[in-house]
Amino acid sequence: MPTLDLVLMIAAMVAILVPTAAMLVWFERRLLGFFQQRYGPNRVGYFGILQSLADLIKILFKHDWIPPFADRPVFVLAPLIGALAVLMSFAVVPMSPNLMVSDSNIGLLFFLAMTSMAVYSVVLAGWASNNKYALLGGMRAAAQTISYEVFMGVSLLGVVILSGSFKLSDIVLAQQNMWYVIPQFLGFVIFMIAGIAESHRLPFDLPEAETELTAGFHTEYSGIKFALFFLGEYLGMMLISMMITTVFLGGWLGPWLPPIVWFLLKTLSLICFFVLLRAALPRPRFDQLLELGWKWILPLALLNLVATAFVKLWGDF
Amino acid sequence: MEQALVELWPILLYFAFTLVLLGGVMLVSTILGPRTRGHSTHLPYESGILPLGNARVKFANHFFLYAIFFVIFDLETLFLFAWAISFEQVGVTGFIEALVFILILLIALVYLWRIGALNIRKRHLPEQN
Repeated sequence: MPTLDLVLMIAAMVAILVPTAAMLVWFERRLLGFFQQRYGPNRVGYFGILQSLADLIKILFKHDWIPPFADRPVFVLAPLIGALAVLMSFAVVPMSPNLMVSDSNIGLLFFLAMTSMAVYSVVLAGWASNNKYALLGGMRAAAQTISYEVFMGVSLLGVVILSGSFKLSDIVLAQQNMWYVIPQFLGFVIFMIAGIAESHRLPFDLPEAETELTAGFHTEYSGIKFALFFLGEYLGMMLISMMITTVFLGGWLGPWLPPIVWFLLKTLSLICFFVLLRAALPRPRFDQLLELGWKWILPLALLNLVATAFVKLWGDF
Repeated sequence: MEQALVELWPILLYFAFTLVLLGGVMLVSTILGPRTRGHSTHLPYESGILPLGNARVKFANHFFLYAIFFVIFDLETLFLFAWAISFEQVGVTGFIEALVFILILLIALVYLWRIGALNIRKRHLPEQN
Protein backbone atom coordinates (compact mmCIF):
# COMPACT_ATOMS: atom_id res chain seq x y z
CA MET A 1 0.00 0.00 0.00
CA PRO A 2 1.25 3.51 -0.72
CA THR A 3 2.31 5.59 2.25
CA LEU A 4 1.04 9.08 2.95
CA ASP A 5 4.34 10.59 1.77
CA LEU A 6 4.00 8.87 -1.56
CA VAL A 7 0.39 9.97 -1.97
CA LEU A 8 1.36 13.56 -1.22
CA MET A 9 4.28 13.44 -3.62
CA ILE A 10 2.11 12.07 -6.42
CA ALA A 11 -0.53 14.73 -5.79
CA ALA A 12 2.16 17.42 -5.82
CA MET A 13 3.60 16.02 -9.02
CA VAL A 14 0.25 16.21 -10.80
CA ALA A 15 -0.40 19.65 -9.36
CA ILE A 16 2.99 20.97 -10.53
CA LEU A 17 3.26 19.34 -13.97
CA VAL A 18 0.15 20.84 -15.53
CA PRO A 19 0.80 24.48 -14.50
CA THR A 20 4.43 24.06 -15.57
CA ALA A 21 3.29 23.07 -19.05
CA ALA A 22 1.02 26.12 -19.08
CA MET A 23 3.97 28.32 -18.05
CA LEU A 24 5.92 26.77 -20.87
CA VAL A 25 3.43 28.24 -23.34
CA TRP A 26 4.30 31.71 -22.04
CA PHE A 27 7.99 30.87 -21.93
CA GLU A 28 7.99 29.72 -25.54
CA ARG A 29 6.12 32.79 -26.77
CA ARG A 30 8.52 35.04 -24.89
CA LEU A 31 11.56 33.22 -26.24
CA LEU A 32 10.17 33.22 -29.78
CA GLY A 33 9.65 36.94 -29.44
CA PHE A 34 13.24 37.29 -28.34
CA PHE A 35 14.49 35.28 -31.35
CA GLN A 36 12.37 37.40 -33.70
CA GLN A 37 13.32 40.75 -32.13
CA ARG A 38 9.94 41.57 -30.61
CA TYR A 39 8.62 41.49 -27.06
CA GLY A 40 6.12 38.66 -26.94
CA PRO A 41 3.46 38.65 -24.19
CA ASN A 42 4.68 41.08 -21.52
CA ARG A 43 1.56 42.74 -20.09
CA VAL A 44 0.07 40.41 -17.48
CA GLY A 45 2.22 40.38 -14.33
CA TYR A 46 6.00 40.86 -14.30
CA PHE A 47 7.41 40.04 -17.75
CA GLY A 48 3.96 38.71 -18.70
CA ILE A 49 4.47 35.76 -16.37
CA LEU A 50 0.75 35.46 -15.60
CA GLN A 51 -0.25 35.30 -19.27
CA SER A 52 -1.01 31.57 -19.14
CA LEU A 53 -3.17 32.03 -16.05
CA ALA A 54 -5.15 34.75 -17.81
CA ASP A 55 -5.57 32.49 -20.85
CA LEU A 56 -6.75 29.64 -18.65
CA ILE A 57 -9.36 31.76 -16.89
CA LYS A 58 -10.62 33.06 -20.20
CA ILE A 59 -10.80 29.59 -21.72
CA LEU A 60 -12.69 28.19 -18.73
CA PHE A 61 -15.48 30.69 -19.39
CA LYS A 62 -15.80 29.80 -23.07
CA HIS A 63 -18.64 27.82 -24.59
CA ASP A 64 -17.69 24.13 -24.24
CA TRP A 65 -18.96 23.44 -27.71
CA ILE A 66 -19.54 20.00 -29.18
CA PRO A 67 -20.43 20.26 -32.88
CA PRO A 68 -23.85 18.75 -33.64
CA PHE A 69 -22.38 16.89 -36.62
CA ALA A 70 -19.59 15.27 -34.55
CA ASP A 71 -19.51 11.90 -32.83
CA ARG A 72 -20.13 13.14 -29.28
CA PRO A 73 -18.51 10.56 -26.95
CA VAL A 74 -15.41 10.14 -29.11
CA PHE A 75 -15.15 13.89 -29.61
CA VAL A 76 -15.07 14.43 -25.84
CA LEU A 77 -12.76 11.50 -25.11
CA ALA A 78 -10.07 12.31 -27.67
CA PRO A 79 -8.43 15.33 -25.94
CA LEU A 80 -8.68 13.53 -22.60
CA ILE A 81 -6.82 10.51 -23.98
CA GLY A 82 -4.17 12.76 -25.48
CA ALA A 83 -3.38 14.66 -22.30
CA LEU A 84 -3.65 11.53 -20.13
CA ALA A 85 -1.28 9.48 -22.29
CA VAL A 86 1.42 12.14 -22.11
CA LEU A 87 0.92 12.78 -18.40
CA MET A 88 1.15 9.06 -17.62
CA SER A 89 4.64 8.86 -19.12
CA PHE A 90 5.89 11.27 -16.46
CA ALA A 91 5.19 8.57 -13.87
CA VAL A 92 8.46 6.77 -14.64
CA VAL A 93 10.77 9.76 -15.21
CA PRO A 94 13.33 9.91 -12.38
CA MET A 95 13.76 13.61 -11.58
CA SER A 96 16.11 12.98 -8.67
CA PRO A 97 17.05 9.84 -6.70
CA ASN A 98 13.89 10.16 -4.60
CA LEU A 99 11.55 12.25 -6.67
CA MET A 100 9.78 9.83 -8.99
CA VAL A 101 6.33 8.32 -8.95
CA SER A 102 7.42 4.79 -9.68
CA ASP A 103 10.91 3.43 -10.22
CA SER A 104 9.62 0.70 -12.47
CA ASN A 105 11.72 -2.17 -13.78
CA ILE A 106 10.25 -1.56 -17.21
CA GLY A 107 10.31 2.24 -17.10
CA LEU A 108 11.67 2.60 -20.63
CA LEU A 109 9.02 0.27 -22.07
CA PHE A 110 6.31 2.07 -20.10
CA PHE A 111 7.43 5.37 -21.60
CA LEU A 112 7.36 3.96 -25.15
CA ALA A 113 3.96 2.38 -24.58
CA MET A 114 2.41 5.56 -23.24
CA THR A 115 3.80 7.79 -26.00
CA SER A 116 2.34 5.47 -28.60
CA MET A 117 -1.07 5.78 -26.92
CA ALA A 118 -1.07 9.45 -27.86
CA VAL A 119 -1.71 8.56 -31.51
CA TYR A 120 -5.23 7.42 -30.59
CA SER A 121 -6.10 10.89 -29.45
CA VAL A 122 -5.25 12.56 -32.77
CA VAL A 123 -6.81 9.86 -34.94
CA LEU A 124 -10.00 9.77 -32.89
CA ALA A 125 -10.18 13.57 -32.80
CA GLY A 126 -9.68 13.76 -36.56
CA TRP A 127 -12.35 11.18 -37.24
CA ALA A 128 -14.91 12.26 -34.65
CA SER A 129 -14.84 15.91 -35.76
CA ASN A 130 -16.51 14.96 -39.05
CA ASN A 131 -14.58 17.75 -40.74
CA LYS A 132 -12.44 17.26 -43.82
CA TYR A 133 -9.45 19.20 -42.54
CA ALA A 134 -9.60 17.26 -39.30
CA LEU A 135 -9.80 13.95 -41.14
CA LEU A 136 -6.72 14.77 -43.24
CA GLY A 137 -4.84 16.01 -40.18
CA GLY A 138 -5.71 12.90 -38.21
CA MET A 139 -4.55 10.61 -41.01
CA ARG A 140 -1.30 12.50 -41.37
CA ALA A 141 -0.74 12.39 -37.64
CA ALA A 142 -1.30 8.63 -37.64
CA ALA A 143 1.16 8.04 -40.49
CA GLN A 144 3.77 10.35 -38.98
CA THR A 145 3.53 8.99 -35.47
CA ILE A 146 3.68 5.33 -36.40
CA SER A 147 6.52 5.91 -38.85
CA TYR A 148 8.67 7.63 -36.27
CA GLU A 149 7.72 5.27 -33.50
CA VAL A 150 9.45 2.33 -35.17
CA PHE A 151 12.94 3.73 -34.67
CA MET A 152 12.22 5.68 -31.49
CA GLY A 153 12.43 2.34 -29.69
CA VAL A 154 15.42 1.15 -31.72
CA SER A 155 17.39 4.33 -30.97
CA LEU A 156 17.07 3.62 -27.25
CA LEU A 157 18.21 0.01 -27.58
CA GLY A 158 21.87 1.04 -27.77
CA VAL A 159 21.52 2.55 -24.32
CA VAL A 160 19.75 -0.56 -23.07
CA ILE A 161 22.66 -2.70 -24.30
CA LEU A 162 25.23 -0.45 -22.62
CA SER A 163 23.42 -0.19 -19.30
CA GLY A 164 21.77 -3.63 -19.32
CA SER A 165 18.50 -2.36 -17.86
CA PHE A 166 15.11 -0.94 -18.75
CA LYS A 167 14.99 0.77 -15.35
CA LEU A 168 15.49 4.49 -15.86
CA SER A 169 17.24 5.11 -12.53
CA ASP A 170 19.71 2.32 -13.40
CA ILE A 171 20.34 3.98 -16.76
CA VAL A 172 21.08 7.28 -15.03
CA LEU A 173 23.43 5.65 -12.53
CA ALA A 174 25.25 3.80 -15.32
CA GLN A 175 26.26 7.19 -16.75
CA GLN A 176 28.44 8.20 -13.82
CA ASN A 177 31.65 7.92 -15.84
CA MET A 178 30.41 9.09 -19.18
CA TRP A 179 27.09 10.44 -20.41
CA TYR A 180 25.57 8.22 -23.07
CA VAL A 181 25.39 11.17 -25.47
CA ILE A 182 29.07 10.48 -26.32
CA PRO A 183 29.09 6.74 -27.13
CA GLN A 184 25.47 6.90 -28.36
CA PHE A 185 25.56 10.18 -30.27
CA LEU A 186 23.71 8.74 -33.26
CA GLY A 187 21.07 7.26 -30.98
CA PHE A 188 20.75 10.66 -29.27
CA VAL A 189 20.15 12.50 -32.54
CA ILE A 190 17.70 9.87 -33.80
CA PHE A 191 15.77 9.84 -30.55
CA MET A 192 15.55 13.62 -30.59
CA ILE A 193 14.20 13.67 -34.16
CA ALA A 194 11.71 10.92 -33.32
CA GLY A 195 10.69 12.77 -30.18
CA ILE A 196 10.01 15.99 -32.06
CA ALA A 197 7.96 14.08 -34.63
CA GLU A 198 6.03 12.20 -31.94
CA SER A 199 5.06 15.34 -30.08
CA HIS A 200 4.19 17.14 -33.35
CA ARG A 201 6.54 20.01 -32.64
CA LEU A 202 7.84 22.24 -35.37
CA PRO A 203 9.45 21.56 -37.81
CA PHE A 204 7.47 18.30 -37.82
CA ASP A 205 4.03 19.72 -37.01
CA LEU A 206 2.52 18.65 -40.34
CA PRO A 207 -0.65 17.14 -38.82
CA GLU A 208 -1.64 20.67 -37.82
CA ALA A 209 0.16 22.69 -40.48
CA GLU A 210 -1.75 25.99 -40.52
CA THR A 211 -0.91 26.87 -44.09
CA GLU A 212 -2.53 23.78 -45.57
CA LEU A 213 -4.87 22.24 -42.99
CA THR A 214 -5.94 25.27 -40.87
CA ALA A 215 -5.52 23.44 -37.57
CA GLY A 216 -5.47 19.79 -38.63
CA PHE A 217 -7.05 17.31 -36.28
CA HIS A 218 -8.25 19.95 -33.80
CA THR A 219 -9.93 22.26 -36.32
CA GLU A 220 -13.35 21.77 -34.71
CA TYR A 221 -12.10 21.95 -31.14
CA SER A 222 -12.49 25.04 -29.04
CA GLY A 223 -12.51 26.08 -25.39
CA ILE A 224 -11.13 23.72 -22.80
CA LYS A 225 -10.87 20.74 -25.15
CA PHE A 226 -8.59 22.71 -27.43
CA ALA A 227 -6.63 23.74 -24.35
CA LEU A 228 -6.15 20.07 -23.45
CA PHE A 229 -4.66 19.35 -26.88
CA PHE A 230 -2.43 22.37 -26.50
CA LEU A 231 -1.41 21.28 -23.02
CA GLY A 232 -0.69 17.79 -24.32
CA GLU A 233 1.67 19.21 -26.93
CA TYR A 234 3.64 21.23 -24.40
CA LEU A 235 3.67 18.36 -21.92
CA GLY A 236 4.99 16.25 -24.79
CA MET A 237 7.85 18.67 -25.35
CA MET A 238 8.65 18.61 -21.63
CA LEU A 239 8.51 14.83 -21.59
CA ILE A 240 10.85 14.43 -24.55
CA SER A 241 13.32 16.88 -22.98
CA MET A 242 13.18 14.99 -19.68
CA MET A 243 13.66 11.64 -21.40
CA ILE A 244 16.66 12.89 -23.40
CA THR A 245 18.10 14.25 -20.15
CA THR A 246 17.53 10.96 -18.36
CA VAL A 247 18.71 8.60 -21.03
CA PHE A 248 21.50 10.52 -22.75
CA LEU A 249 22.57 13.47 -20.58
CA GLY A 250 23.10 11.78 -17.24
CA GLY A 251 19.76 12.69 -15.65
CA TRP A 252 20.23 14.18 -12.21
CA LEU A 253 24.00 13.57 -12.15
CA GLY A 254 26.28 16.58 -11.82
CA PRO A 255 28.69 18.18 -9.36
CA TRP A 256 27.97 20.70 -6.53
CA LEU A 257 24.31 21.48 -7.16
CA PRO A 258 21.48 19.28 -5.83
CA PRO A 259 20.32 16.53 -8.24
CA ILE A 260 16.93 18.05 -9.00
CA VAL A 261 18.54 21.36 -10.03
CA TRP A 262 20.81 19.58 -12.49
CA PHE A 263 17.88 17.67 -13.89
CA LEU A 264 15.78 20.79 -14.38
CA LEU A 265 18.70 22.78 -15.84
CA LYS A 266 19.38 20.13 -18.47
CA THR A 267 15.67 19.84 -19.27
CA LEU A 268 15.30 23.60 -19.58
CA SER A 269 18.22 23.95 -21.96
CA LEU A 270 16.74 21.21 -24.17
CA ILE A 271 13.39 23.01 -24.15
CA CYS A 272 15.15 26.21 -25.23
CA PHE A 273 16.72 24.21 -28.05
CA PHE A 274 13.29 22.98 -29.15
CA VAL A 275 12.00 26.56 -29.21
CA LEU A 276 15.03 27.61 -31.24
CA LEU A 277 14.26 24.82 -33.72
CA ARG A 278 10.76 26.22 -34.07
CA ALA A 279 12.10 29.70 -34.71
CA ALA A 280 14.80 28.59 -37.13
CA LEU A 281 13.55 25.75 -39.32
CA PRO A 282 10.88 25.55 -42.03
CA ARG A 283 8.56 22.55 -42.33
CA PRO A 284 9.42 19.77 -44.77
CA ARG A 285 6.83 18.44 -47.18
CA PHE A 286 4.89 15.48 -45.84
CA ASP A 287 6.26 12.88 -48.25
CA GLN A 288 9.79 14.13 -47.50
CA LEU A 289 9.13 13.61 -43.80
CA LEU A 290 7.94 10.03 -44.23
CA GLU A 291 10.69 9.13 -46.69
CA LEU A 292 13.38 10.57 -44.41
CA GLY A 293 12.09 8.38 -41.61
CA TRP A 294 11.79 5.11 -43.48
CA LYS A 295 14.68 5.35 -45.92
CA TRP A 296 17.41 6.94 -43.83
CA ILE A 297 16.73 7.07 -40.12
CA LEU A 298 15.40 3.53 -39.67
CA PRO A 299 18.47 1.86 -41.28
CA LEU A 300 20.74 4.27 -39.38
CA ALA A 301 19.09 3.35 -36.09
CA LEU A 302 19.54 -0.36 -36.83
CA LEU A 303 23.20 0.21 -37.80
CA ASN A 304 23.73 2.14 -34.56
CA LEU A 305 22.33 -0.81 -32.65
CA VAL A 306 24.59 -3.32 -34.40
CA ALA A 307 27.66 -1.10 -33.95
CA THR A 308 26.92 -0.63 -30.26
CA ALA A 309 26.55 -4.37 -29.74
CA PHE A 310 29.77 -5.01 -31.67
CA VAL A 311 31.77 -2.52 -29.62
CA LYS A 312 30.27 -3.78 -26.37
CA LEU A 313 31.32 -7.34 -27.22
CA TRP A 314 34.78 -6.71 -28.68
CA GLY A 315 35.70 -3.11 -27.96
CA ASP A 316 36.84 -1.69 -24.64
CA PHE A 317 34.53 0.97 -23.38
CA MET B 1 4.54 -10.29 -7.34
CA GLU B 2 5.24 -8.14 -4.31
CA GLN B 3 7.72 -6.08 -6.33
CA ALA B 4 5.22 -5.64 -9.14
CA LEU B 5 2.61 -4.33 -6.69
CA VAL B 6 5.08 -1.85 -5.19
CA GLU B 7 5.74 -0.48 -8.67
CA LEU B 8 2.13 -0.53 -9.80
CA TRP B 9 0.39 1.17 -6.90
CA PRO B 10 1.90 4.62 -7.41
CA ILE B 11 1.21 4.48 -11.15
CA LEU B 12 -2.45 3.63 -10.58
CA LEU B 13 -2.75 6.38 -8.01
CA TYR B 14 -1.07 8.81 -10.37
CA PHE B 15 -3.47 7.78 -13.11
CA ALA B 16 -6.44 8.40 -10.81
CA PHE B 17 -5.16 11.87 -9.85
CA THR B 18 -4.53 12.94 -13.44
CA LEU B 19 -7.92 11.62 -14.52
CA VAL B 20 -9.64 13.57 -11.74
CA LEU B 21 -7.72 16.74 -12.58
CA LEU B 22 -8.34 16.65 -16.34
CA GLY B 23 -11.94 15.44 -16.02
CA GLY B 24 -12.55 18.09 -13.38
CA VAL B 25 -11.23 20.88 -15.56
CA MET B 26 -13.45 19.76 -18.45
CA LEU B 27 -16.47 19.56 -16.16
CA VAL B 28 -15.83 23.01 -14.67
CA SER B 29 -15.63 24.50 -18.14
CA THR B 30 -18.91 22.81 -19.15
CA ILE B 31 -20.63 24.33 -16.12
CA LEU B 32 -19.07 27.80 -16.36
CA GLY B 33 -19.22 28.28 -20.12
CA PRO B 34 -22.11 30.10 -21.80
CA ARG B 35 -24.31 28.55 -24.48
CA THR B 36 -24.07 30.51 -27.69
CA ARG B 37 -25.69 29.84 -31.02
CA GLY B 38 -24.86 31.75 -34.19
CA HIS B 39 -26.35 31.27 -37.62
CA SER B 40 -23.52 29.01 -38.81
CA THR B 41 -22.36 27.29 -35.62
CA HIS B 42 -23.80 24.03 -36.87
CA LEU B 43 -21.60 23.95 -39.99
CA PRO B 44 -18.17 22.28 -40.15
CA TYR B 45 -15.37 24.81 -40.59
CA GLU B 46 -14.05 24.78 -44.12
CA SER B 47 -12.31 28.14 -44.39
CA GLY B 48 -15.50 29.98 -45.24
CA ILE B 49 -16.70 27.72 -48.04
CA LEU B 50 -20.05 26.01 -47.52
CA PRO B 51 -19.33 22.32 -46.88
CA LEU B 52 -20.35 19.88 -49.60
CA GLY B 53 -21.40 16.61 -48.00
CA ASN B 54 -19.82 15.47 -44.75
CA ALA B 55 -16.41 14.05 -43.94
CA ARG B 56 -17.58 10.44 -43.90
CA VAL B 57 -16.28 10.05 -47.43
CA LYS B 58 -14.45 7.22 -49.14
CA PHE B 59 -10.94 8.29 -48.41
CA ALA B 60 -8.09 7.09 -50.62
CA ASN B 61 -5.83 6.33 -47.74
CA HIS B 62 -2.29 7.01 -48.90
CA PHE B 63 -1.02 6.01 -45.53
CA PHE B 64 -2.51 2.54 -45.32
CA LEU B 65 0.69 0.92 -46.59
CA TYR B 66 2.67 2.75 -43.92
CA ALA B 67 0.40 1.26 -41.29
CA ILE B 68 1.15 -2.21 -42.66
CA PHE B 69 4.90 -1.52 -42.66
CA PHE B 70 4.59 -0.25 -39.11
CA VAL B 71 3.01 -3.51 -38.00
CA ILE B 72 5.77 -5.51 -39.71
CA PHE B 73 8.75 -3.48 -38.51
CA ASP B 74 7.52 -2.62 -35.04
CA LEU B 75 6.78 -6.25 -34.36
CA GLU B 76 10.28 -7.14 -35.47
CA THR B 77 11.88 -4.50 -33.28
CA LEU B 78 10.05 -6.08 -30.33
CA PHE B 79 12.33 -9.12 -30.70
CA LEU B 80 15.29 -6.76 -30.64
CA PHE B 81 14.12 -5.43 -27.27
CA ALA B 82 14.24 -8.94 -25.87
CA TRP B 83 17.74 -9.39 -27.28
CA ALA B 84 19.02 -6.04 -25.96
CA ILE B 85 17.93 -6.68 -22.39
CA SER B 86 19.47 -10.17 -22.30
CA PHE B 87 22.58 -9.01 -24.14
CA GLU B 88 25.07 -10.13 -21.47
CA GLN B 89 23.55 -13.60 -21.16
CA VAL B 90 23.31 -14.49 -24.85
CA GLY B 91 26.77 -13.17 -25.79
CA VAL B 92 28.33 -13.75 -29.21
CA THR B 93 25.76 -16.34 -30.33
CA GLY B 94 22.96 -13.92 -29.63
CA PHE B 95 24.81 -11.16 -31.44
CA ILE B 96 25.23 -13.24 -34.59
CA GLU B 97 21.59 -14.28 -34.52
CA ALA B 98 20.45 -10.69 -34.02
CA LEU B 99 22.75 -9.66 -36.87
CA VAL B 100 21.10 -12.16 -39.22
CA PHE B 101 17.70 -10.95 -38.05
CA ILE B 102 18.56 -7.27 -38.63
CA LEU B 103 20.02 -8.14 -42.05
CA ILE B 104 16.74 -9.76 -43.08
CA LEU B 105 14.96 -6.65 -41.82
CA LEU B 106 17.20 -4.39 -43.87
CA ILE B 107 16.79 -6.56 -46.98
CA ALA B 108 13.01 -6.26 -46.58
CA LEU B 109 13.38 -2.49 -46.27
CA VAL B 110 15.58 -2.25 -49.36
CA TYR B 111 13.06 -4.39 -51.26
CA LEU B 112 10.21 -2.07 -50.26
CA TRP B 113 12.33 0.91 -51.25
CA ARG B 114 13.18 -0.60 -54.64
CA ILE B 115 9.57 -1.40 -55.58
CA GLY B 116 8.67 2.18 -54.67
CA ALA B 117 6.33 1.31 -51.81
CA LEU B 118 7.87 4.00 -49.59
CA ASN B 119 7.35 6.66 -52.19
CA ILE B 120 4.03 8.49 -51.86
CA ARG B 121 4.52 10.76 -54.84
CA LYS B 122 5.37 7.98 -57.22
CA ARG B 123 2.33 5.96 -56.25
CA HIS B 124 -0.28 8.67 -56.08
CA LEU B 125 0.54 11.46 -58.45
CA PRO B 126 -0.24 11.10 -62.16
CA GLU B 127 2.71 10.12 -64.36
CA GLN B 128 4.81 13.05 -65.54
CA ASN B 129 5.39 12.96 -69.27
